[in-house]
Amino acid sequence: MRGAAGLGLGLRLLRWAPPGVGGARLQSTHEAEAVLHKTGAVAAAAAAPPKAQPALEESKSFAVGMFLGRLNTEQVFPYPSALSEEQEQTLQELVGPVTRFFQEVNNPARNDELERVEDATMQGLKEMGAFGLQVPPEMGGLGLSNTQYARLVEIVGQHDLGVGITLGAHQSIGFKGLLLYGTPAQKKKYLPRLATGETVAAFCLTEPGSGSDAASIRTRAQPSPCGTFYTLDGSKIWISNGGLAEIFTVFAKTPLRDEGTGETKEKITAFIVERGFGGVTHGAPEKKMGIRASNTAEVHFEGVRVPAENVLGVPGGGFKVAMNILNNGRFGMAAAMAGTMRGVLAKAVEHATNRTQFGDKIHNFGAIQEKLARMALLQYVTESMAYMISANMDQGATDFQIEAAISKIFGSEAAWTVTDECIQVMGGMGFMQESGVERVLRDLRIFRIFEGTNDILRLFVALNGFQTLGVQLRGLQKALKNPLGNVGVLAGEVTRRLRRKAGLGSGLSLQDHVHPDLQESAQKTLQCLELFAETADALLLKHGKKIVDEQFVLKRVADSAIDIYAMVVVLSRASRSLAMEQPTAQHERLLCDTWCQEAHQRVLATLRPLPTESFRNLRGIARAVVESGGVVGPTPLGF
Amino acid sequence: MAGLRVLVGVKRVIDYAVKTQGVKHSLNPFCEIALEEGVRLRERGAAAEVVAVSVGTRVCQETLRTALALGADRGVLVEVGEGAAVGPREAAAALAGLAGRLRPHLVLLGKQAIDDDCNQTGQLLAAMLDWPQGTFASRVEPEGEWVRVQREVDGGLETLRLRLPAVLTADLRLNEPRYATLPNIMKAKKKPLEVVAASEFLGGGSPPAPPRLRVLKLEEPPPRGGGQRVDDVPALLERLRASGCI
Repeated sequence: MRGAAGLGLGLRLLRWAPPGVGGARLQSTHEAEAVLHKTGAVAAAAAAPPKAQPALEESKSFAVGMFLGRLNTEQVFPYPSALSEEQEQTLQELVGPVTRFFQEVNNPARNDELERVEDATMQGLKEMGAFGLQVPPEMGGLGLSNTQYARLVEIVGQHDLGVGITLGAHQSIGFKGLLLYGTPAQKKKYLPRLATGETVAAFCLTEPGSGSDAASIRTRAQPSPCGTFYTLDGSKIWISNGGLAEIFTVFAKTPLRDEGTGETKEKITAFIVERGFGGVTHGAPEKKMGIRASNTAEVHFEGVRVPAENVLGVPGGGFKVAMNILNNGRFGMAAAMAGTMRGVLAKAVEHATNRTQFGDKIHNFGAIQEKLARMALLQYVTESMAYMISANMDQGATDFQIEAAISKIFGSEAAWTVTDECIQVMGGMGFMQESGVERVLRDLRIFRIFEGTNDILRLFVALNGFQTLGVQLRGLQKALKNPLGNVGVLAGEVTRRLRRKAGLGSGLSLQDHVHPDLQESAQKTLQCLELFAETADALLLKHGKKIVDEQFVLKRVADSAIDIYAMVVVLSRASRSLAMEQPTAQHERLLCDTWCQEAHQRVLATLRPLPTESFRNLRGIARAVVESGGVVGPTPLGF
Repeated sequence: MAGLRVLVGVKRVIDYAVKTQGVKHSLNPFCEIALEEGVRLRERGAAAEVVAVSVGTRVCQETLRTALALGADRGVLVEVGEGAAVGPREAAAALAGLAGRLRPHLVLLGKQAIDDDCNQTGQLLAAMLDWPQGTFASRVEPEGEWVRVQREVDGGLETLRLRLPAVLTADLRLNEPRYATLPNIMKAKKKPLEVVAASEFLGGGSPPAPPRLRVLKLEEPPPRGGGQRVDDVPALLERLRASGCI
């Protein structure tokens, strides 16, 4: 399985500059604090007409804007539609056959039982073109856009996640590196056979000692003295398609000489490795809780000679390659999860409308109604996120990493909850293999773990946002050294902060973007946004650089960011449906209002105030439990 | 005679199996079987070209594209005006006209459509063209200037040898149609799809004959009522008499 970004990533981010801004480090807090307290001088400066135009933040990402107290609406309103008429028509033609295949040919229960995808099914998938959905047509693929891919992945997710992972490990991450970083020669050599499924691909990052902390991998690729090849040695574990793949995207440490200092450092480089190079072996398939049809195995590299032209990207740039590959594929997971939930909700409803207990069909009882409603809400939010992000990507957005991470966290947890609740609605039947739902639950468990554990991704969401905020605050501090030359900057940022601190609204408004019927929910969202920005400011000022270590805090900040992004996403989708008078518009309004109402309460409860005493206590408990090797102390009986 | 030109009729029907927000249409299953047979004949080398044809409004182009994705070489839409009735008689007349222009050796149709279940078009077409017909085909073997057809009839299986050109209608067990692959769906976009006006074939100048069928009502059968058990035949007879059945 794929490894994930680690806390090291968080630190790395703080050293890593966002595009368009020079290298940044979190500044000390004093200057920033001074900004907030300088009322008189600033207000006066703000009155003069703006002269200088400093480019503080070029990011269009809504999530980044959240941390900065800005409303970046370009990527979220109106709900984006990234399909041309032709693409939409093509997609409609593809949906039918893919659905039919999964309904009639693929047998998920059998695949699960055999712990592999049945041969006939695998062959059918290859013939169908399912192995090269996003490979350009001239290389033998279907050249689908991200939105088209999302729609098809939703079908796969609805029917068989084991097959979904087999396909996803192959194209969503296995050879995605070729699509993102491949040279024309590399693409020409490898893509055609990968597109037809003649060769299968795998993504090799995780090692026994390196999961979330991907930067710590120890597989090494030693460059030859002549410079024409590398010798690869190391072991990777939990590699999806490890036992099937011919082509591996492998990440290994290579020595790189810094031209300036003459120092040699070990940096990660990405390689395309063919099994045919010799020295590549794999272990037996791992026995897993779920996605049993997907092959997961150890892959060992012993003295493998990799030609220098098989470096993917640039030597030393492998970490970025890995992160970008994972980032690029995340929307796909949200789409798959939305599909899974669709299927599972239908099963729950089928049961609830046919089961009679206590003299009535159980769907008429409140307890069941709440479950079904919550399932519908979670599915709606996930699906709305998936298609928004895929559309953003298709429209050329480059800054969507926070949103993609949010969608992965949300989708994987939503799907787990929804499927768990489906089993609950079905009662004993849900627990039986025959119903097919317990298999889905088992399949879903890994989605919160691989491709970046949700815990790490939460830290990523928070730290990425804080980093941008830190840069902005530093910029403000600079601007204040020359207030007259930077009045535009000050008028914007500082005034906003002053207004917020004074309890006045920040002057932001969602009114123009949201349908009139949803104004109340828009108001709640705005309130959350303002509280969020205020909290982010305060936290950064309080902790400075050390915020990196405050994981209790970061988790809560991330949770609120997720809730707020979710609110905005459903506001956007429901607004569009209302404006277009879609038949489902009123139902969507209901979903949107309900979600916003509950998310609003959650955000307020989470952020105001942050229970720091509770964090200390939790830390203390954890320490004691660690010292005891488990539960501290015996039963109440004393033994 | 290798190099047969095969004309396959494909009808756009409501797909009752699919429950969606709107109504979903798809290619009539028996037409799909007919199309599969035509494509297999071409793959075996017995046929040279498979032409898919549909008689209906412009939206039937979707159905033709599916047929192209399933292997037809080109498609023809015989377009009728919005709201025009296309029953078996009209469809057969249009196909007869098109056959006169394209001169196929074999016309393959589905035995019936799943929306009206008429089971007439193939028979009417053969009569209009004065061609031999092999309906309810479960096996088709071209033999030079002839075609050997095995038919499923009430009493069992009947085998006929028909002189080409002929009209055949496909029954369920003729073959199992393939799944459209996604690359073929994409390739189908490049295959030729022609649209001709139905007026060219129907009536030829004189106004079309009024439709002979009028749908009076269309409703689902009433929900099934409960059954009752009776102990013996006299009790059964009594119940039947009491309910007015006898």
